[in-house]
Amino acid sequence: MTQPIIELKHVTKRYGTNTILKNVDLTLEPGTFYTLLGPSGCGKTTILRIIAGFSDATEGDVLFAGKRLNKVPANQRNINTVFQEYALFPHMTVAENVAFGLTLKKMPKAEIAERVAKALKLVQLADYGDRDISALSGGQQQRIAIARAIVMQPKVLLLDEPLSALDAKLRREMQYELRDLQQRLGITFLFVTHDQEEALAMSDEIFVMNQGEVLQSGTPEDIYDEPINHFVADFIGESNILQGKMLGDFQVAFGGHEFECSDAGIPAGEPVEIVIRPEDLNLTTPEEAKLTVTIDTQLFRGNYYEIAATDNLGNDWQIHSVNPAEDGENVGITFRPQDLHVMRFGEKEAEFDARLETYEETEDETIDET
Amino acid sequence: MTKRRTWLYFIPYGLWLALFVIAPVALIIYQSFFDLGHHFTLGNYSAYFQSATYLKMTLNSVWYAFLITLFTGLISYPTAYFLHGLKHRQLWLLLVILPTWINILLKAYAFIGIFSQAGLANQFLSFIGIGPQQILFTNASFIFVATYIQIPFMILPIFNALDDLNPAFINASQDLGASGWQTFSKVVFPLTLPGVKAGVQAVFIPSLSLFMLTRLIGGNKVITLGTAIEEHFLTTMNWGMGSTIGVVLIIAMVVVMLLTGDQKPKGGTPR
Repeated sequence: MTQPIIELKHVTKRYGTNTILKNVDLTLEPGTFYTLLGPSGCGKTTILRIIAGFSDATEGDVLFAGKRLNKVPANQRNINTVFQEYALFPHMTVAENVAFGLTLKKMPKAEIAERVAKALKLVQLADYGDRDISALSGGQQQRIAIARAIVMQPKVLLLDEPLSALDAKLRREMQYELRDLQQRLGITFLFVTHDQEEALAMSDEIFVMNQGEVLQSGTPEDIYDEPINHFVADFIGESNILQGKMLGDFQVAFGGHEFECSDAGIPAGEPVEIVIRPEDLNLTTPEEAKLTVTIDTQLFRGNYYEIAATDNLGNDWQIHSVNPAEDGENVGITFRPQDLHVMRFGEKEAEFDARLETYEETEDETIDET
Repeated sequence: MTKRRTWLYFIPYGLWLALFVIAPVALIIYQSFFDLGHHFTLGNYSAYFQSATYLKMTLNSVWYAFLITLFTGLISYPTAYFLHGLKHRQLWLLLVILPTWINILLKAYAFIGIFSQAGLANQFLSFIGIGPQQILFTNASFIFVATYIQIPFMILPIFNALDDLNPAFINASQDLGASGWQTFSKVVFPLTLPGVKAGVQAVFIPSLSLFMLTRLIGGNKVITLGTAIEEHFLTTMNWGMGSTIGVVLIIAMVVVMLLTGDQKPKGGTPR
């Protein structure tokens, strides 16, 4: 196993009586794209500021390649930041901005010019060196902010919601570019965002945060398919979350029926929540259905119809279907056992991971049988 | 309809502007072309620019205004920077600005008391064994009191410039490896320079025409253009010459405004 580049150990941050971060543990491996994902005010930017050195942890340690970083001032850390509003210096040209950090190091002029040119080329703005910052568009400023950070050749690049000021189309383009850049440079990116689509699209690994705690970490697929609790399931993607009861291993009851599922290790009779993603639901005739619902309304989303429906117990359902339905129609819905994901109330990530380990192999067999 | 009527709101200030700003300036310019016998002449201007006394006086005014501005700046920037870092900074700022609410003459008389032969300053000098000195009616005391009076007018725009400075710039500078001093000299100071320029305008221009202080504190050793104007209007009754000096002062003010204005106006940031 490689040495982690950044570790946060039991980091707590308090402002007076206000606790921003609660005992956060985080490990970042070299060369990986990480995302801190959470709603505004969840503490994700505070983590970034603590790693960058703009803010101190009230308790706990920050390690950089195994060395304690807490007392190292921001200007002596081999970590650079791309700021939310870019923070490009308005009194300098593009090239002067990018060269700023290198000039401070008293590097020879020729070498600075060479590295600045290379960084500008990397962000596809090679000819923009002489321009004023105010003459750049938002997307160009964004690229210059990235160039200014990567020209320093940091081991870790921190990005604080860098795409939030861009329009939707440009944002998608930049997602590809950032991902591409990270893979070319091979350095660790720690990206902060409240946009779950962005996080799913770009990351190797996501940390989902809420109210100063990391709720779940894992690959985008893990987090999407197996959210740990109601908050994560609701925050990431669209989801139907239903109240139910565990009947035994791989057996769960909800919506007035019993179903086969792919979860185990939960005591029989325990109340649970069941997550079904709208795209995993298929419309069918009431006869072939696992559940019947009444269509309330539907929205055309271009590549699919977003259908809102209600079952006979009054639960709301959201279904994504390529074919439209009739309002008021009684339809059946089907799903496969592996489309169901069972969540226990108040289960912590460590317990969740341990439980998954106990039945993962048997689960694969069950899926094969069906 | 409402759009056409909005100019009505400008009437009170428009009248004020016309009666007390535009008319007096026009009168001064008009007067400056007449001699003592009310004959049209360019003599006042030729006299002004040929007289060593007037030119020296002009130079003196500019020099003292420069010194006052320099000392005010040297004191105000660090003060504004320090105040800006305090917890209750708006309260402290208010306390710094408070003296401007008191009439300048009252403050001048207060300093006469402090600097006089038996004043507080000399009592202190006697106490530490130096003995009483001539403090009042020296150039140094004139600059000291003028600087004291001007400081709040310099602190305020600098403080506001610091307040407007996005803290992300400071973080970005540190992030790129700048020390505290480098961050200040390469980022904070250049970005707050507009505040300094505004402060220079607010201090240098009034300092050019200070006249009561030159007499009360400086003992008329320094004759500034302000003093000269006062003398011409009230003592020698040569209104033409007084107006000429007034015109010179107005032009000097315009020059200072142009010099301290924004060299390259910033265009709107395209987004």
